[in-house]
Amino acid sequence: MTGPHFAILADGRRHFQHGPIDLVIEAFGPVTAVAAAYAAAERRFQAVLNELVAELWLLRRPLADERLWLDGPVARRMIAACWPYRDRFITPMAAVAGAVADEILAAMRAAGALDRIYVNNGGDIALHLAPGQRFDIGVAASPDPRSNAALAGRVSVLAGDGIGGIATSGRGGRSFSLGIADAVTVLAGDAASADAAATMIGNAVDIDHPAVRRAPASSIKDDTDLGGRLVTTGLGTLPEPAIAEALGRGEARAQALLDAGLIAGAVLLLRGRHRVVGRIALPLAA
Amino acid sequence: MNEPAPSIDLVVCDACPVLCRIRPGKTGACDRYGNVEGRLTRMDPMVLMAAGPDAAPLVPFLVAPEVTGQEWNGNPVAHHVPVTLASADRTAVGDAPVFVTGIGSGTTYPDYKPAPFIVSSRHDGVDMVTVVTEGIFSYCGIKVKIDTDRYVGPEQAAVRCNGEAVGHVTTAEYGSQMLALGGVHHLTGGSKKEGQVTCQTMLALANKQAVELTVDGGATLTLQAGKPPVVDGKLEERMRVGCGSATIGMFAKQWQGHVDEVIVVDDHITGVLTEHQAGRFLGMEPSGIRVRGRRSTPGRYFQVAEPGTGWGGTDVTDPLTIIDSIDPKTARPGMRLLMVSTTGEDAAWFVLDGDLKPVETAMPEAITHVVERIGENCEPALTSILFVGGAGGSLRAGVTENPVRLTRSVKDRLTRVTCGGAPVYVWPGGGITVMVDVLRMPDNAFGHVPTPALVAPIEFTLRVEDYRALGGHMDWVRPLAEVAEVGSRLRVAAAQPENPWPLTPAGHAATP
Repeated sequence: MTGPHFAILADGRRHFQHGPIDLVIEAFGPVTAVAAAYAAAERRFQAVLNELVAELWLLRRPLADERLWLDGPVARRMIAACWPYRDRFITPMAAVAGAVADEILAAMRAAGALDRIYVNNGGDIALHLAPGQRFDIGVAASPDPRSNAALAGRVSVLAGDGIGGIATSGRGGRSFSLGIADAVTVLAGDAASADAAATMIGNAVDIDHPAVRRAPASSIKDDTDLGGRLVTTGLGTLPEPAIAEALGRGEARAQALLDAGLIAGAVLLLRGRHRVVGRIALPLAA
Repeated sequence: MNEPAPSIDLVVCDACPVLCRIRPGKTGACDRYGNVEGRLTRMDPMVLMAAGPDAAPLVPFLVAPEVTGQEWNGNPVAHHVPVTLASADRTAVGDAPVFVTGIGSGTTYPDYKPAPFIVSSRHDGVDMVTVVTEGIFSYCGIKVKIDTDRYVGPEQAAVRCNGEAVGHVTTAEYGSQMLALGGVHHLTGGSKKEGQVTCQTMLALANKQAVELTVDGGATLTLQAGKPPVVDGKLEERMRVGCGSATIGMFAKQWQGHVDEVIVVDDHITGVLTEHQAGRFLGMEPSGIRVRGRRSTPGRYFQVAEPGTGWGGTDVTDPLTIIDSIDPKTARPGMRLLMVSTTGEDAAWFVLDGDLKPVETAMPEAITHVVERIGENCEPALTSILFVGGAGGSLRAGVTENPVRLTRSVKDRLTRVTCGGAPVYVWPGGGITVMVDVLRMPDNAFGHVPTPALVAPIEFTLRVEDYRALGGHMDWVRPLAEVAEVGSRLRVAAAQPENPWPLTPAGHAATP
């Protein structure tokens, strides 16, 4: 069994990896504060996977009306982020990547005052911005890190926007999607909330059409929290009206989440078409 | 949910704690490992997208194993050469690579002349110099990690050997108690006897011998590096599997159907199954059995008893004493109650009688099995001894005419520091303060001087041109063969295979 790996990339960013968790971290600020923040991140990361594994069987179950009380701080973040969606099918695993990013970010923020931090967990990103600071963030055209697809656009996050997390969900990502979106990128108060919301909006971008290929999740991967639910495995050519219909369903869902205060904005991409929800000024290429 | 049926082709990946079960042709949760024809196989290298402030392009992190012929483990240095450490004549070591350690090399203090051995050798075609010496450490200490949840004593309490204060209890860490022993104040700041006893205590622990210590207001401890600790005469065999709540979470499913209630006694968090989320998920009915202490969240209780050397690190010896009440409206005669500690070492089985009083009875086999499994899942409890010493003083003059350059060279990772050939952790900040696990050093590597102070081997290895650049004693550099011919005074110790070979360049000192 291998423990967590810690590496310093050539440009100074940190790369942490343990089992399925991959983080790229960068902090900006006074040198000593940056060093303290990286050290704090490393300390906190040591136990994160083991804590999750101890409660994994509970975290893989669908949320119901009864609140889960779990020991792991990351597990608690996952449940809090997924709780608003319990009226539909969701397991806390929908927010695992964002929750890990938030947890590491919190450990770094506690270590000292920094200008900016990002903790990127495979595209689900926790952000910290001191007053007056900003991040310019690329919006992915696909959550598949192996695709060399150009970025769909950029979005600027300013301190005071109330945005502490960005997440992307869709076909080709690490997690299965019940929907057909190429990518749904969500901005929210923290990464776990963005992660859960991106999953739910991604599931809503959907339409019944012969071009959509689906298979039970459990036939593709063992130990999946989705069980026998049909997940999207491929997408053929969709006619324009079908694209518009599927995007419209996702847009309606995203607008509802925006109105409920759960997200700050979302970008939905499907076959070269996009919808933007929320007050995001987004110069999209598409 | 959908548990895949066990199959001979199913591979359980043990690369990380998730322990994915992977069917043929599939990959695990990380997509790094997969089942290829029934064998666990490393898949293609991971590529990550980093959407940083500059919208950085895709960055490949890992070089494919097929290219390097090895797993990437964060350490660019791959091969650990299992060979002899101390040099000796060629017949003793054959053609195996040789590294001269500081053990027994001798020294002078203050270092007014070059170190006893400055040895040149070649490693991977590069000319290397190893400056070998023994450091006299007045500023040194030992950090002890004791894997136990038993109460060893209050934080800051004095730790004594033969009545003399030699250190103190410091912060408890997960599943372990920590002691800080030695240090300059006990060595030279107290009475003469205190200094001598402190020196002898550290010497024995560093040389992997057993020492008995007492804690003011706490326990008597017998400690030895790499051995289970003995707390108040009791051999500690296991670390706890988790807190009481975590234990409930882990084993709830296995208890289901065999019990009506389980209370996992733990000094940190005591767990109560039917009230706990895990029990409720399994549809278990409340038992009406309430425990003492302060409720944190459902089924999780703080402070059910005082810390001690009883059940689960509490002072409990009769587990029924932590039961506050049994509600007659909910409880019923015949209810089955398991009480167990977080290591599974203490366990008892009760059945409620007609007056709802718990009566201890023989434990059913199904329950004994799960109690044993708690024990199985606990890691062996060990005592770890880490030596910490500061080599930032005059010792450096034995290496170079310009001592601060050695410090900088170590910080810049041009110079690799080892203790008896073992890898060390160099503390950040000023000076050359190193920390080393004594178990990774050869036996009896430490000595002492009457100052009192500990004598520890220390070696500095660097490229010959770097040594020249930092003002090294070039006239004193001797070839390895010459040192090896000193002859009978030399002892050959086998290198520990898990230690990186000391001659591999500094900066690559990370241990796997």
